[in-house]
Amino acid sequence: MARSQDDQWLVLALWKKMGSNVGIYTTEALERTFVAFPSTKTYFPHLDLRPGSSQVKAHAQKVADALTLATQHLDDLPASLSALSDLHAHKLCVDPANFQFFSCCLLVTLARHYPGDFSGEKDACLLGHVSGSCDFCTGLQVMLN
Amino acid sequence: MSLMKNERAIIMSMWEKMAAQAEPIGTETLERLFCSYPQTKTYFPHFDLHHGSQQLRAHGFKIMTAVGDAVKSIDNLSSALTKLSELHAYILRVDPVNFKLLSHCLLVTMAARFPADFTPEVHEAWDKFMSILSSILTEKYR
Repeated sequence: MARSQDDQWLVLALWKKMGSNVGIYTTEALERTFVAFPSTKTYFPHLDLRPGSSQVKAHAQKVADALTLATQHLDDLPASLSALSDLHAHKLCVDPANFQFFSCCLLVTLARHYPGDFSGEKDACLLGHVSGSCDFCTGLQVMLN
Repeated sequence: MSLMKNERAIIMSMWEKMAAQAEPIGTETLERLFCSYPQTKTYFPHFDLHHGSQQLRAHGFKIMTAVGDAVKSIDNLSSALTKLSELHAYILRVDPVNFKLLSHCLLVTMAARFPADFTPEVHEAWDKFMSILSSILTEKYR
């Protein structure tokens, strides 16, 4: 899937805005994933998955670092994430549907913390001034898909 | 899949907060849907889909009214939604995946408008509720 310049700009702007909160929000997204989609817990039998668990935080930080890496390589995502892709697909055998679950939870988390940025009321978007994207939700969704 | 008693209570409680904003929530949800998933526009070739469009607001309100009716019939969802189910599956022929996309956009809209209320437990209950509604509306689709 091609990523327009506008999508890339939106993702980068959001990441910059989050700053040091990336780990905090990714932790919340992961906790939401485990609550809303309990089947995702089957991949973590070795971890303490209760809210506030330091192991969940540690894993969320790994996810946050991977997402940050992705934002730095939006022009060449497949290459920059190939090691992680191999790990999840071949070694861990993670069903792709689980990434959709996490993606939804991350978007919900960001919408909670940045409601203004997740406004759907941007005239430019719906009037076609911004092709293919109008808010962070779209840009991030594109990146996570 | 069925809703537990505490999930029903959570859903009804959240709906009480949402009801007064039903039209703007429905409208924003549709705007997110069309923006993030442009392919969904193919079901609305007759609509003006610009931001603020009266048709968008009307359809957004229709969707949230249906959600509100479902909340009121939460103990008997299948029969409450029979007419809508037949409409979407037989007449409109809406591909089931679109209900997942709409549900997701509604959850994001709720999170943006009610950040303090949208706890993981509320998120889980509403995701489950929307999944059940989607299943009912698409079960006749073949």
